[in-house]
Amino acid sequence: MPRSPLRDWLLLGPGLTWLALFLVVPCGIVFAFAFFERGVYGGIDYLFTLENFARAFDPLYLGIFLTSAKIAGLATAIALLFGYPAAYAIAKAPRHRQTALLVLVMLPFWSNYLIRTYAWIVLLNREGLVNKGLAALGLVQEPLPLLYNEFAIVTGLVYNYLPFVVLAIYASISRLSPEVLEASEDLGASAPRTFWRVTLPLTLPGVAAGAVFVFVLSIGNFITPDLLGGGRLQMVGNVIYDQFLTARDWPFGATLSFLLIGVMMALLFSQAVLVRRAQGEGAAVHA
Amino acid sequence: MNRISKLGAALLAGAAVVAVAGNAPGTAVAAGKIVISNWDGYMPADMLERFTAETGIEAELAVHATNEEVMGKVVAGKGKGYDVLFVSSPFVEALKNLGLVAALDHALLPNLKNLYPEAMQLAYDPGNTVSVPYAWGTTGLCYRSDLVSGTPDSWLDLLQPAAALKGKVTMLSTDRWLMAAAFLAQGKSVNSTGEAELAAAKELLVAAKKDLLAYDDTTFYSKLVSGEAALVQAWDGWCNYGIAENAAIKYVIPKEGSDLWVDTMVVTAASENKEAAHRFLDFILTADNGAWVPANILYKVPNKAAMEALDPALVAQYPNLAMTPAELLKQEQLRDLGAGQKAFSRTVTEILASN
Repeated sequence: MPRSPLRDWLLLGPGLTWLALFLVVPCGIVFAFAFFERGVYGGIDYLFTLENFARAFDPLYLGIFLTSAKIAGLATAIALLFGYPAAYAIAKAPRHRQTALLVLVMLPFWSNYLIRTYAWIVLLNREGLVNKGLAALGLVQEPLPLLYNEFAIVTGLVYNYLPFVVLAIYASISRLSPEVLEASEDLGASAPRTFWRVTLPLTLPGVAAGAVFVFVLSIGNFITPDLLGGGRLQMVGNVIYDQFLTARDWPFGATLSFLLIGVMMALLFSQAVLVRRAQGEGAAVHA
Repeated sequence: MNRISKLGAALLAGAAVVAVAGNAPGTAVAAGKIVISNWDGYMPADMLERFTAETGIEAELAVHATNEEVMGKVVAGKGKGYDVLFVSSPFVEALKNLGLVAALDHALLPNLKNLYPEAMQLAYDPGNTVSVPYAWGTTGLCYRSDLVSGTPDSWLDLLQPAAALKGKVTMLSTDRWLMAAAFLAQGKSVNSTGEAELAAAKELLVAAKKDLLAYDDTTFYSKLVSGEAALVQAWDGWCNYGIAENAAIKYVIPKEGSDLWVDTMVVTAASENKEAAHRFLDFILTADNGAWVPANILYKVPNKAAMEALDPALVAQYPNLAMTPAELLKQEQLRDLGAGQKAFSRTVTEILASN
């Protein structure tokens, strides 16, 4: 069929219109709010001000950004630590078992995010199953404070986002050409050396994808810190939620969202660059 | 059919669908239909059906989880689409200042006589010109008498807990009550908005954060029942839910005092069925309907006829139901903060955000 720019635009039309109307325009409106003042009863007073940005760069909120990044970073690192071996094992398992294993990894997603988080409250609280188990084994005298702190938040985040990491890395590992690994062995590299110098670098795009997934989803998360953190440890998502729904300070909430999305876009951009570079190298290897 | 006609036919079909869909909601609204916005579970489940059976007016329930949620909707939409709102007392003043509530016609509300005389003279709306009180109560300390030595009698028992209680106390995170605990502990008004008062309260509350188990607005009584917490900040009605499960739980108002919160019903100015809305308010004010709240969700109501008809065994089990209006009115009433709301909200954000 001959290329027709008109046809291309018609086909793209509905999708682009939808994106524009329901993503770009609303985001634009919210970002515009960042430049106005909060009205006395909530709502907006259309008086231009940069005060919201000045307030966002207060050490208090920068501290929250850093705390959120730290927690999200921890969750990402731990998820990768657990996820890579799991993905590797699944990829090396016999073909017929791989589907079953992948389904098992995905199974938690069949239940609701909130229910999975509540389950951790039942497990981790002072009278919960983990503490009861540790006491029964005689390992602790007093119940450990496992809930309403950073440990619980990171645990909840890792648990909820681990499947993303496993799937992303699995996809990357399963695409590895066995010839490359054979070549590495033939040239005299031991198994650990092959892993470190060949497998790991070639699966970096999958690792990056998984890492970005977990980090971006974790840093903006407000449900897990609220439920598992007891509302005492606030991440940037909680502050934004509060501004829009409780404090009704939409301009300030919009400012924080603006900054958060900026951070996330920077991350996604770097991940895309990494992927492109890795694909470039991969192409060179196969050439 | 060539490509242009196909496209044209598709567009025509689309336009026809939009035209029909656009017209459907515009058909005449059934005479006598009202939309009510209330908290989930705050009224009997069959209340609206009984109301329709008795008056022939259809009633639809919209649910809101917080005052701020319904305020957001009503302020943005100027109240269109709602006839009756259940909001807490500070928001009655806010809505009145924004011109979003209708003046009540007392001639249409004969059952106002069921209210205590004190409930007709509440500070946020003297004479009940725009609102009708629905439920009222206090905020205090709810504790396990078997886990706490002595009787807690001060807000500082919560804010600066004894060593045995550290990590076993919770506070409410809803802004007015979070700050009220500190204001009252420091002898200030619960409606303070001055810079000095806000700063002092903030200092006390940020320091108190380290000894908290968690902020909890909804499950604090189950934490008491399970023993995870020993002393919590609680609304009196919610403490009763704990008492129902564990008789060792007690409720006390600290010596510095409490706040008097009132949940009310208002009619929106944008309502197109104000008479039907009034009939609903009057229906709620009957003695039978007024009795549902204390009997089922263990809150006090300003409905004298309902409170005097309560089962004495219920009042014996839940002592705070016996509080008289005179005692209630000794507590300071929550008022709208007006222009001070901005600084107030900012302080609350800073307290909750400090890690």
